[in-house]
Amino acid sequence: MTDIRAHGSAGTEVPGAEREFTVRQRSQTQLVLRRFLRHRAAMISLVVFALIVVWAFIGPHLWHYSYQKYTPDNSQAPSWKHPFGTNASGYDAYAQVMRGTQTSLKIAILIALGSTLVGAVWGAIAGFYRGLVDAVMMRIADLVLTLPLFAIALVISSRSGGSWYWIAVVIAGLTWAYVSRVVRSTVLSLREKEFVEAARALGASDARIIFRHLLPNALGPIIVNATVLVATGILTETALSFLGFGVQPPDTSLGLLVAQAQTAVDTRPWLFYIPGAFIIAIALTINFIGDGLRDAFDPRQQRVRQ
Amino acid sequence: MLAYTVRRILVSVPVLIVSTFVVFLVVVNSGDPVANFATSRQPAPSKAAVAAFARHIHADQPVVERYWNWITGVLHGDFGPSVQSNLDIGHDLFTRFRVTVTLVAAAMIIALLLAVLFGVFSAIRQYSVADYVITFVGFLFLAMPVFWFAVLLKQAGIRFNESTGSQFLGTIGEKSPYLDVDTAWNEFTDRIGHLVLPTITLALVSFASWTRYTRASMLEVLSSDYVRLARAKGLRRGKVMTRHALRTALIPLTTVTALDIAIILGGAVVTETIFQWHGMGEMLVQAATTVDVYRTMAWLLLSAVVVIGFNLVADLLYAVLDPRIRYD
Repeated sequence: MTDIRAHGSAGTEVPGAEREFTVRQRSQTQLVLRRFLRHRAAMISLVVFALIVVWAFIGPHLWHYSYQKYTPDNSQAPSWKHPFGTNASGYDAYAQVMRGTQTSLKIAILIALGSTLVGAVWGAIAGFYRGLVDAVMMRIADLVLTLPLFAIALVISSRSGGSWYWIAVVIAGLTWAYVSRVVRSTVLSLREKEFVEAARALGASDARIIFRHLLPNALGPIIVNATVLVATGILTETALSFLGFGVQPPDTSLGLLVAQAQTAVDTRPWLFYIPGAFIIAIALTINFIGDGLRDAFDPRQQRVRQ
Repeated sequence: MLAYTVRRILVSVPVLIVSTFVVFLVVVNSGDPVANFATSRQPAPSKAAVAAFARHIHADQPVVERYWNWITGVLHGDFGPSVQSNLDIGHDLFTRFRVTVTLVAAAMIIALLLAVLFGVFSAIRQYSVADYVITFVGFLFLAMPVFWFAVLLKQAGIRFNESTGSQFLGTIGEKSPYLDVDTAWNEFTDRIGHLVLPTITLALVSFASWTRYTRASMLEVLSSDYVRLARAKGLRRGKVMTRHALRTALIPLTTVTALDIAIILGGAVVTETIFQWHGMGEMLVQAATTVDVYRTMAWLLLSAVVVIGFNLVADLLYAVLDPRIRYD
């Protein structure tokens, strides 16, 4: 593509005026990025989410209390010493919420990465080869889609012993099929495009076409779905942990912290409201980011979040 | 339409069989009830007792045979042995199903009514202050964990009861355990009182996303030609909205409602646990804790049937909502 320039009359070059009328050439990525940066809610959300992530992963190394060490102060309201207060056994709630946020985020992000990776490759292969391969692969995906996520995750993870990656693997094992459906439908239309034909004419292998041409072009829907999955992941994990089927003590998650505080809503409200607020903040910012990304990748459809 | 219904039901049978077989494999391999039995009892049971227990719950059979015996047994009304002696899974399931159906039905009706109301209002007044408020509240509820909201509501209910000196808002169980509920009317109000808070909790699980769906599809319909034509013909705005626009706009909502039924059943597990209902949620939690294969399977089978049933009803509703869709 060439630059689209508006020239001055009769070819007279006026440097200032030319700069005025020049439209800079931008790549697809730059366009998406520009649209995203202009989405105010998404940008604020991105900053807030990034701060939470940095706080949860770096904070524990700087904070002088550990999430699993007793402090001499029991049931204290938030103060300078304990910004989020302490619980009945004297644990520092600030350290615990930090650790809980870290665990919940780790699980949610692993769910999003794992199911996106598997689902994207699965859907791309099915959509690329079509025919029998497609039919078999998509029937398997449909089968996984019929499984009720929460109930099956609850049954399987009751035996997980509470390790965070196992919970993530279980949930990702139930959510990848959704990604594969989305990617397949995108790939089905992409594979008919000229650039795929050109790649094939140049002698590209199937693997190269799938991984270098089809998947990068399907990146929009893949990334949008990945963000949605982070929100789904954190809400599922915290609900499982709340019921006692997710993360187990001595480790902790935001859901577990809410569960431990549910009898103390009136007496020690800080223990209940703060972890809850963190779950809402993470899910809310992720949803806004997903919304912004959807609009950025697909400006033709300014559709509302579903 | 009848032929279509029958055909759909016939098609769903193999789907159900394959799906339950996969689930059966997963559930059987997710825990070892025999080891659980051998280690968790005091005094430790003898080897013979452990073997007898394994035989009782069919743990000694190969898995394919177990599945076959189970699925054919279900057709005769036998849901298999529980790890708890004296527990008839079939009876347990249907008693609890009745409890949960009330909750799920009430929650869905309220969620749908609110979603249509707010969604349509939001679409008609697009970009108004009300639209922004509804959208933001929608986002907030999408991000709200059910259990957190349920605990808050429960606490609010307790405080409400204390301040009014009444026991109207039940926070524990689906009915009062003691029997000063002598008349039918008293029993009815007692049950309604217990239903209020769990229903609000469960309704809010899906209310937010359904509102957004209604808004989106209503906006699409409102900009379509036939709505403009109806207005141009001089029909009143209210009539165009309800008879022409809303009817078509409800179609995506029907699909989503049917798809979301599994999520609602999952939400019911959390809601029932917090409000201590003796419904299907409690059953699943107990079954998972005690590694009770057949009890878990009974829950999952019923939920699968409910999901398939809802999808069928949704497909049939399309024909009612949209006269262009005909099944034969």
